[in-house]
Amino acid sequence: MRFACFAKSSRKSLMISNEVGYNSKVEGEVIVTRADSVINWIRKHSVWPMPMGLACCAIELMASAASRYDISRFGMEVMRFSPRQSDCMIVAGTVTYKMAEVVRRIYDQMGDPKWVVAMGACASTGGMYRSYAVMQGVDNVVPVDVYVSGCPPRPEALLDAMMKLQGKIGNESSVKNLSKKPESTGVS
Amino acid sequence: MIDDDFVKALLEGRDFISVKHRDDCLTLDCLPDSLIGFCKHLRDDQTFDLLVDLTAVDHGEEADSRFQVVLHLYSLIHKSYVRLHVACPDNQSPSIPSISSVFPAANWHERETFDMFGIKFSDHPNLKRILMWDDYPYFPLRKEFPLAGIEVPLPAADVAEVTGADVDPAPMMGGPFVASGNGRMSEAEPRAKDESWTEESEKPL
Repeated sequence: MRFACFAKSSRKSLMISNEVGYNSKVEGEVIVTRADSVINWIRKHSVWPMPMGLACCAIELMASAASRYDISRFGMEVMRFSPRQSDCMIVAGTVTYKMAEVVRRIYDQMGDPKWVVAMGACASTGGMYRSYAVMQGVDNVVPVDVYVSGCPPRPEALLDAMMKLQGKIGNESSVKNLSKKPESTGVS
Repeated sequence: MIDDDFVKALLEGRDFISVKHRDDCLTLDCLPDSLIGFCKHLRDDQTFDLLVDLTAVDHGEEADSRFQVVLHLYSLIHKSYVRLHVACPDNQSPSIPSISSVFPAANWHERETFDMFGIKFSDHPNLKRILMWDDYPYFPLRKEFPLAGIEVPLPAADVAEVTGADVDPAPMMGGPFVASGNGRMSEAEPRAKDESWTEESEKPL
């Protein structure tokens, strides 16, 4: 009985402190908003990454998933190695010409909506590899949303990039895009 | 131990090998036709049973024998190395016998050497490219091949069609990025040597 009372009082204080947000006393059980906002809000807090780990950047990617940097604070801890289940391909490492084909195919296998983060100097521009074997930037084969500098970038930099991506997702016209026909890629 | 007596005994009755003077380890020139037999002898009778490395050197188009395959063998008993130099007889289509039947570890090394230098290893069980894709038309570690690469189509035609991408020569602005090879390590590290030109302004002739 005492426990129930305590729970009730703490709930009351919570409601008072949250009055700037949703207030069930004022609004009942209805929230009025725009569909874009809701869809984007859902999307940006459940970005499941496709870890395209190709070099040492992948180690930093793993570090950002571990407890110290904890990418799950942003709802992105669900690294999916199957492209069909993932939303954001993080290209972490050196993209060789031989691998570029694979990167593109995996990108095409991801379901819409999808985003790409080029993590590190190599994925962004080829980095220090000015050579016959290395593609000078993964944006030659896939559209990149966020570029991260660094060789390799620290986990904070990747988290910053993912937050930038969240901002980008938040500004998309998702409802309009729902009825848009997906671009034919021709590669599968 | 590798000493003069050992080398003397090794040379005896084998006119297909000759000693080269190197400071670090015993180095022998070997004729390609006798390579397999000699490797077997080194492995079975002289305990050099560990193939450490197999690679090649391109001495340039003017050299008499342009391509030279280099093998390093190690003996865990003697605790020392033997280096074999095998000069490829034909500069146009270099070829030597494969030693993957003696050292199975040579299989991928020979594929890499074939991939990078175009040296054929006869009787190799699976001689195809290992690093570059199968249709790649050049041998990147040959002297005449530019560091930046040569324009060719992407390995996957459908990806190339959709993306418009192809294999381009890498930008060499500020390059080449080479180590000077002398001085302190902090000064000798690879860095841009030629900053007289950029992507926008042509390299002065």
